[in-house]
Amino acid sequence: MSGHDHDHSELSETELRVRALESVLTEKGYVDPAALDLLIETYEKKVGPRNGARVVAKAWADPAYRARLLKDATPAIGEIGYAGRQGEHIVALENTPKRHNMVVCTLCSCYPWPVLGLPPVWYKSAPYRSRAVADPRSVLKDFGVTLPQDTDIRVWDSTAEIRYLVLPMRPAGTEGWSEEKLADLVTRDSMIGTGLPKDPK
Amino acid sequence: MNGGQDLGGTQGHGPVKPEPNEPVFHAEWEKRAFALTLAMGMPGGWNIDMGRFARENRPPGEYLAMSYYQIWFAALELMSKQRGLVADDEIEAGHSLHTPKLVKRVLSPDDVLKVLHRGGPTERDTNTKPAFNPGNTVRMKNINPATHTRLPRYVRGHIGTIERVIGCHVFPDSNATGAGENPQWLYTVRFAGRELWGEQGDPTLTVSIDAWQPYLERA
Repeated sequence: MSGHDHDHSELSETELRVRALESVLTEKGYVDPAALDLLIETYEKKVGPRNGARVVAKAWADPAYRARLLKDATPAIGEIGYAGRQGEHIVALENTPKRHNMVVCTLCSCYPWPVLGLPPVWYKSAPYRSRAVADPRSVLKDFGVTLPQDTDIRVWDSTAEIRYLVLPMRPAGTEGWSEEKLADLVTRDSMIGTGLPKDPK
Repeated sequence: MNGGQDLGGTQGHGPVKPEPNEPVFHAEWEKRAFALTLAMGMPGGWNIDMGRFARENRPPGEYLAMSYYQIWFAALELMSKQRGLVADDEIEAGHSLHTPKLVKRVLSPDDVLKVLHRGGPTERDTNTKPAFNPGNTVRMKNINPATHTRLPRYVRGHIGTIERVIGCHVFPDSNATGAGENPQWLYTVRFAGRELWGEQGDPTLTVSIDAWQPYLERA
């Protein structure tokens, strides 16, 4: 017996099974490995929170776009070229000094892929999914965020095929900034509602 | 089903652990499991609700102990086996041992971006009118199906307000069992935090879910 047997963890078990299933499915002609590579490349390199940041920056810079986004986000986001799987029906949620929005999927991992990419591990985890709807301020604390005690918190549980994108408040001191520069302030978490945009200073 | 996936309001899971500079995938196998799951939807012929049920339908302890891509992969294996696309001895061998089943379509590299861009919209035409309007008070039904549902336990029996009529959408409870899309009116329903969590609830909290008409009754 080799010493490596001790490392035969559950993870490597999974690794082996995934490899085995991929071989079987490929040999049977059900999947084309080149399509798999393209799917991975798309979500690893092309579709991510930078997309959402462009949407938010445009809404900050262009009041007419902001109005379109808040009225019907799917076509407004489509204008910039983002659409499709897990973003078929998107709603934008406006943060204001009086109201902070936070998005969760308590039942699985629903997340607006075309604008945010694939969800981070914490978004799919039991701690987030359990507590976001019951005690969002304690969740925000885990992210190092404290909101004023009188800010209303609205939590959106994505139980259907509607996907939610938070439109955070534009930071003060960014007057006259270009959309490109504004987009650099928009964090992924600020579009989920577990964070705030970066401080421009 | 009242399974491990229905997590809203459950306790004892510990802190949320954000990961700075988190990579999209944490291991090579996660990439393959993710892509296989997306690509197999076409030849597999299952819908998103069947997929969700295959993921959640396991002992809660198991569900909570697995990583999310492990859950995805387990569901993919299960659905592939259930439909006779692969057999246990093949997964064991890591090779095809039996004649492939005829499948309708396979995802080709040329179609990937088109298929992703199109997505799977769930809104459907209807000649019915929604039974509820914004501002109506509703009670969430107390249902406990052992099959797939998108009505979380933490709102069942509670009083909420219709905020928005979203449209007529595929009804997961039917779609997941193969009983067809059975489109139903879908609403955003909001609840006061204290309606859900009692006196100790955060007075500044409002929670909403998206709920199909069969989940609702007039209150």
